[in-house]
Amino acid sequence: MHEHDLSKVGTRAKPAGEQVAGDPDKAFQEAEVTSEGEYGIPVITHCCLEPHGQVVQWNGDKVEYWPSTQNVTQVGNDLAKLIEVPANQIHTHMDYMGGGFGSKFPPDLWGAEAAQLSKMSGGRPVKLFLDRATELTIAGNRPSVFAKVKTGAKKDGTITVWQSQTWATGGYTGGNLNVSLFPYVFNKLENKRLNHTAVSINAGSARAWRAPNHPQLSFVTCSALEDLAAKLNMDALAFFLKNIEITTRPQVYKAQLEKAAEMIEWKKYAHLRSDTTKGPVKRGLGIGVNTWGGLGHDSQCRVTIHPDGSVDVDLCSQDLGTATRTMIAMVAAETFGLTINQVKVGIGDTQFPPSGGSGGSTTIGGVTVSTRKATVNALGKLFDLLSPVMGVPADGLEAVDGRIQQKGNPSKSMTWQQACAKMGTQSISEMGQNKQAEAVKEGLINQGTSGVQMADVSVDTDTGIVKMNRMVAVQDCGLVVNPKTAESQVFGACIMSCCAALMEERIMDQQTGRVLNPDMEFYKLAGISDIGEIIVHMDITPEHDARGIIGLGEPPAVGGVAAISNAVANAIGVRVPMVPLTPNRVLAALSQRRIG
Amino acid sequence: MSSTKDEIRKKRKSAFSRRGFLKGLGAGTGVLSTGVLAEQETDAAPATPVQGPGAVAITLDINGRPHKVNVEPRTTLCDTLRNHLDLTGAKRVCDRGTCGACTVIIGGKVMYSCTVLAIEAQGKKIQTIEGLAQPGKLHPVSQAFWDNDAQQCGYCTPGFVMAAKGFLDHHPNPTYEEVKKGLGGNLCRCGTYVGVRKAVLQAAKEMQGGRNA
Repeated sequence: MHEHDLSKVGTRAKPAGEQVAGDPDKAFQEAEVTSEGEYGIPVITHCCLEPHGQVVQWNGDKVEYWPSTQNVTQVGNDLAKLIEVPANQIHTHMDYMGGGFGSKFPPDLWGAEAAQLSKMSGGRPVKLFLDRATELTIAGNRPSVFAKVKTGAKKDGTITVWQSQTWATGGYTGGNLNVSLFPYVFNKLENKRLNHTAVSINAGSARAWRAPNHPQLSFVTCSALEDLAAKLNMDALAFFLKNIEITTRPQVYKAQLEKAAEMIEWKKYAHLRSDTTKGPVKRGLGIGVNTWGGLGHDSQCRVTIHPDGSVDVDLCSQDLGTATRTMIAMVAAETFGLTINQVKVGIGDTQFPPSGGSGGSTTIGGVTVSTRKATVNALGKLFDLLSPVMGVPADGLEAVDGRIQQKGNPSKSMTWQQACAKMGTQSISEMGQNKQAEAVKEGLINQGTSGVQMADVSVDTDTGIVKMNRMVAVQDCGLVVNPKTAESQVFGACIMSCCAALMEERIMDQQTGRVLNPDMEFYKLAGISDIGEIIVHMDITPEHDARGIIGLGEPPAVGGVAAISNAVANAIGVRVPMVPLTPNRVLAALSQRRIG
Repeated sequence: MSSTKDEIRKKRKSAFSRRGFLKGLGAGTGVLSTGVLAEQETDAAPATPVQGPGAVAITLDINGRPHKVNVEPRTTLCDTLRNHLDLTGAKRVCDRGTCGACTVIIGGKVMYSCTVLAIEAQGKKIQTIEGLAQPGKLHPVSQAFWDNDAQQCGYCTPGFVMAAKGFLDHHPNPTYEEVKKGLGGNLCRCGTYVGVRKAVLQAAKEMQGGRNA
């Protein structure tokens, strides 16, 4: 325990070794201004509303398996190993699941236990789900990160050097952190010294949590940079823009920072650190940035056109509530010139062709490519069949508005139903596959996204209560398939950021090692009234569109914590070193007290 | 079956029981809860069937239809709906009246079904998410959730929809701020509040005049 204090963790510390770039010592000697700060972001839990678990029925040779999972294709194979049956005897089903956020990939021991219980009972179905306390104790968490950071800059605001000592824990497995990403996004900095120590504690292990590593990296980086800007007596936005050339995508971040500033009315509300207006309530603005990969995963899709015109699109993916189903239907319908209601999408069943697990924002790229390819292949077969009937070469046909017609010539056409009737009794069934490298070359998918969040908060300096007034998010993710559900992803990610910035924290008993708040009263999530206005701008441009489809789930969940923490520092004039920014911590920071 | 029950009852009468112990405390201590008084009444009137500890037959009025079910008196309404009546819309999440995923409407009041015993809900009109839609037509609240993409994983959604319906029944013309306050009893993990706020305002508009009771 006491993982927030590196000097107390003793033998449980595993230093990861020092990484040095450039000449940090010389850079610090030459720096005109330096800034030092301490930052901490605690362990938070996934707190899925539907806990981990499954129904399973082991009946003779067959195991029917209904887990709550993000990983329908693979989870049965993993269960097969645990219960020692051939994987082809396990049939996995999963139509809907109630939240995973990265924690629902493996079958887990409770999956194997439920299967054994079913076998022992002579094949009765067994339902075994974790209760709330167990869910919050062992079913996954996001590692903490604690940091001591020193930065240096020239008087004009050019950052010249970064040095960080970080440590983290995710439980008994330790707490790794990809520190080579420091300073986050502003990563092309020449001089840096990076140290990290993984701390193992006797607690449940970490699991992937929406954008693993990134929210912590963003929080530490953006906090330290904003502190440096304050030391320089410089406007935070001007400071970020001044150093834009060392970001990984300077032009994109510049445009996004400017757009976000316009949306939050930076010029109107911004002030240098500390709101000097009278009264106890202080207002401030803050910035956070994000980046993510999001390359589509392996996926295979089978499309069947039936002689009556009905269409099946089948692949063993899953919809976590991000509208995977809808987007598969959109792509298929577009290829066939149909409406999405005319396409039946089958997912969440291992009788369908394999598709990757939904993690790391890889689903949309994977399933749209395999669906597109399968539908194009099937349509090609239909055109081959229709070509002699219509007297038009197959490559001279197109499918639009529920009809098959000669390209650009609606007078030579037949309805989709008439066209499919020509198939007689034989359905057309074709496969399509996403092969990553190939699809990137074809311009269908890509990786690497950017985004900016800005927060506007009010802090009551009498009570320490922080109110999130507004948050704006500017986010690119290549070609946006469905703007409405894409926006919803960003809204949700901003709200999650508010929870993490203001409320969420796993609290451990330092003596017994038990979680003290494994429930939903004291493990706080934001309610509908805790959230201010959120304004989302999907950064849709012809250049981004041309890059192809890129995943979106992770990146907008990254920058919000930093934005809120910076806004609070901007409002009250001091850094609250540790999130969540509870009244206790805010008041302690205001009175220069030191607390955990 | 009934003979076994009778045997259990006889045994209980003869053995030292919690009820006997409570009676032994006497009626004049001044800190007696109404629960104890109720139990005394039950003992005094043997015509009223003893409730439990085994399953008891009860009838619940759910979505305008009587549902007969045998549950132990300790069974919550949430578990009764989900595990005995196959009405799985209400979700068991926090299981202690914090998150609202199990929200139903009982006698016109929005309630957490995880903190109501099934036996307490007898004789009251219970509305669950399953009873909202008319054949082929969504309830305006559900439709508004759909239109505004007010759900992601969907686990909080049935509770949110029922809370919104109950709220609008009492506040047919709410302001934006009233919506934020009125739905403070439901938690979402995916972060759908932006859509929910818009949905409730849309539903309020559409339910004006032709409101679904």
